[in-house]
Amino acid sequence: MTIALEMKQITKEFPGVKALDEVTFKVSKGEVHALCGENGAGKSTLMKVLSGLYPEGTYEGEILVDGEKKAFTNIRDAEEAGIAIIYQELAMVRGMTVAENLFLGNEPQKLGVIQWDYVYSETEKWLAQVGLEGIRPDQITGELGIGQQQLIEIAKALSKNANILILDEPTAALTEKEVEILLNILREFKKRGVTCIYISHKLNEVFDIADSITILRDGQTVATHDTADIDEDKVISLMVGRELTERFPRVEANPGDVVLSVKNYSVKDPDQAGKYLIDDVSFEVKKGEILGISGLMGAGRTELVMSLFGTYAGLTSGEVEIDGEKVKIKNTEHAIKKGLALVSEDRKKYGLVLGMSIQNNITLPSLKWISPYGVISENEEIKHSKLYHQSLRIKAPSVESIVGNLSGGNQQKVVLGKWLMTEPKVLIVDEPTRGIDVGAKFEIYNIMNELIKKGVAIIMISSELPEVLGISHRVLVLNEGKLTGEFDYKDATQEKIMVAATGGK
Amino acid sequence: MSTNTELVQNKQKVKWIAFDLRAYTMIAALVLIWILFTFLSGGSFIEPRNLSNLFNQMSVTSVLAVGMVLIIVAGHIDLSVGSLVGLTGGVAAILNSTYDWNAIVVFAVTIAFGALVGLWQGWWVAYRAVPAFIVTLGGMLIFRGVLLGISDSRTISGLSDGFKTVGTGYVPQEWGIVVGVLAVVVFTLLLVLKRVSRKKFGFDIEPMVLSLLKIVLVSIIVFTFVLAMNDYKGIPIPIFVVIFLAIIFTFIAKNTVYGRQIYAIGGNPEAARLSGINIKRRTLMLFVLGNTLAAIAGILLTARVGSATVNAGTMYELDAIAAAVIGGTSLLGGAGTISGAIIGALVMASLDNGMSLMSVETFWQYIVKGGILILAVWMDIYSRQRKNKG
Repeated sequence: MTIALEMKQITKEFPGVKALDEVTFKVSKGEVHALCGENGAGKSTLMKVLSGLYPEGTYEGEILVDGEKKAFTNIRDAEEAGIAIIYQELAMVRGMTVAENLFLGNEPQKLGVIQWDYVYSETEKWLAQVGLEGIRPDQITGELGIGQQQLIEIAKALSKNANILILDEPTAALTEKEVEILLNILREFKKRGVTCIYISHKLNEVFDIADSITILRDGQTVATHDTADIDEDKVISLMVGRELTERFPRVEANPGDVVLSVKNYSVKDPDQAGKYLIDDVSFEVKKGEILGISGLMGAGRTELVMSLFGTYAGLTSGEVEIDGEKVKIKNTEHAIKKGLALVSEDRKKYGLVLGMSIQNNITLPSLKWISPYGVISENEEIKHSKLYHQSLRIKAPSVESIVGNLSGGNQQKVVLGKWLMTEPKVLIVDEPTRGIDVGAKFEIYNIMNELIKKGVAIIMISSELPEVLGISHRVLVLNEGKLTGEFDYKDATQEKIMVAATGGK
Repeated sequence: MSTNTELVQNKQKVKWIAFDLRAYTMIAALVLIWILFTFLSGGSFIEPRNLSNLFNQMSVTSVLAVGMVLIIVAGHIDLSVGSLVGLTGGVAAILNSTYDWNAIVVFAVTIAFGALVGLWQGWWVAYRAVPAFIVTLGGMLIFRGVLLGISDSRTISGLSDGFKTVGTGYVPQEWGIVVGVLAVVVFTLLLVLKRVSRKKFGFDIEPMVLSLLKIVLVSIIVFTFVLAMNDYKGIPIPIFVVIFLAIIFTFIAKNTVYGRQIYAIGGNPEAARLSGINIKRRTLMLFVLGNTLAAIAGILLTARVGSATVNAGTMYELDAIAAAVIGGTSLLGGAGTISGAIIGALVMASLDNGMSLMSVETFWQYIVKGGILILAVWMDIYSRQRKNKG
């Protein structure tokens, strides 16, 4: 097999840190090559070197494309060599049409006038290539699903004649079905000789699609294997540098009294009259148990917990009881007072003030309790935040470190610390381990287990079935706003949950 | 996950001297400007008489800038404060001169009027979700219009002496010394209290030498200021008001729940809302504070000039915004300090004063000030980019 890409002895240093240490990376032509490693292992840095974002001269080592030595000084150079990268965060202008986005920065023109007919016909061609025949080129991008936008990104990369495609966590925001479509398209590309570098935390996908796999740890190449010769546990142990005895450390529940009980709860769609996002849902959560909520994207899981927390625009009906007392949550302030806490799915948008320090973030909802007469007791603040800094093992030099500089896993721990400080009765976690590496995930599970031992009730929304099955004690399944299944974890299987989630019987 | 060695690394390294490069650059720039003008003016710039004058000139902008910082930090803007300075000054002058009200009563009523205006503007911004830019742009026109109406487009003079004292008076020399001593004593006391409290919590305490050094430094600054002012006529009352307000609002910004929440709202409104912060109420209060300060500025200006004119305060909102931004307040929200804004106001006032002293023509004054504004913000952005690159 010919080598499409070779990166030799790549070393990249930042002040004080060696992000890459003589990394070697070899990809054969026409294969899907997975790149795995914990957050901070150097995957993104390596890809930034490859895509020209870190120009020649800022790193050591050499890059060979099709055996030819290349020196990229910017992204355009890399694109000309046929390398295109698709980032985790979508780089689309939501208000523009699909065609405009596809040719953004690359508009075919004559004397400065854009050739729209050409743009539209080309767009149709590329959309068909990624299986989006149903999408019109003049549709507004923001109106499409995340999965479709992801595919448009890929179409855009292809339109630049990329033969090496780098996908950075492409499925982080996709539903199972969309993931399947994406993987099928990648298989199609493989047949056509397109080489893919696939970065993902989701090992099941990696094993599904990849031919070979390279593992990075602490800026060094640990191993490269054919996927056929290796299994998930081995990959994980290579990533974290030790054997993980179990990925999901479930502890047995010791359920106590019912803390939260929801009866005939409905949430109206704020944008569409007469439509219900949550339709007549009833459930309860007991002290000391983890209740998993599963379902496809758009099933209404997030809307359910957001409205329970008093922060969703849609009107609600039904009854909510906390500790046997009927409550009508008016706003988040009220919800916090009643003992609810919500770790939202998007920690950067809803969870953290990125420019503030760890301590300021952790104490934000609890300031009242450490501020006699409205004046913050600085020392109380340090004391409490240090407590969580240590007990949650947040890796940061001090509680004064700015949250924006931390890794995803550590940011998530800050969010957890913030809500733990409110001493909630019910902790709601929405996708608690999204975008977090294996090691940090394990720690988050352990923190949740500690909490249920202390009698906290946890509601966990998760799109990852192994996680739902591995951690929770009971599982609720939602489909289009309706409760379509409730399982004890002992009876639940991925198949049963998927059947309920897709509305089947 | 972490092993013991990692925990050791996690142990907080206490840095006692935080080196904020940005803050020091601004102070360095200010010192440079002062040296330059002292040199160019043959020494008259640095004379106590001129400095006293300079502080008087900066007082109105400074009071406005104090309120502007908080409003900008929360992600809003207030374009109405200039007109409001004119209107509140006019109201105060009419009450004092036409209706012969006692100056103290006039001040109280004017300040309450400012708060009321803030309540009205804040309501539009917070509860009716009209962008602050629009609400205060409207306010800017409305307040100027009301001023024209109630004053019949005439200058209102004939203020009582009590009124004028606020803008033109001085703290008697001996009392200036007392205030200086008091300031140092309070500072020392706070430092001691902090040490005691940290000890109680079992935290590390800063080295004694450093504490002593701080006290010495503050004493030098305070007494240089007091003695320099006493060398002329004493501390001008307007700058006394500015210092007082700056201290109060720095305390609000740094040490109160309200202040912290304002910074959180500016940093990430969604996260603030989900943390149980009542954004609407905080925003309303923000405009009440800002416009109350505008009323105080209106009183200071009217008292200093000795009359209320229909054009009083025109464009002051832009001076206040410029002072805040030069002082490091981010127009994106979430970051900014009161002390920075005061330094920003001092930079602007120094440029005005120094150039007037050298009889630089007005058109040059505008050009230079505009250039400095752009330069200062560019320096800010540049230093931040470098910091991010490591």
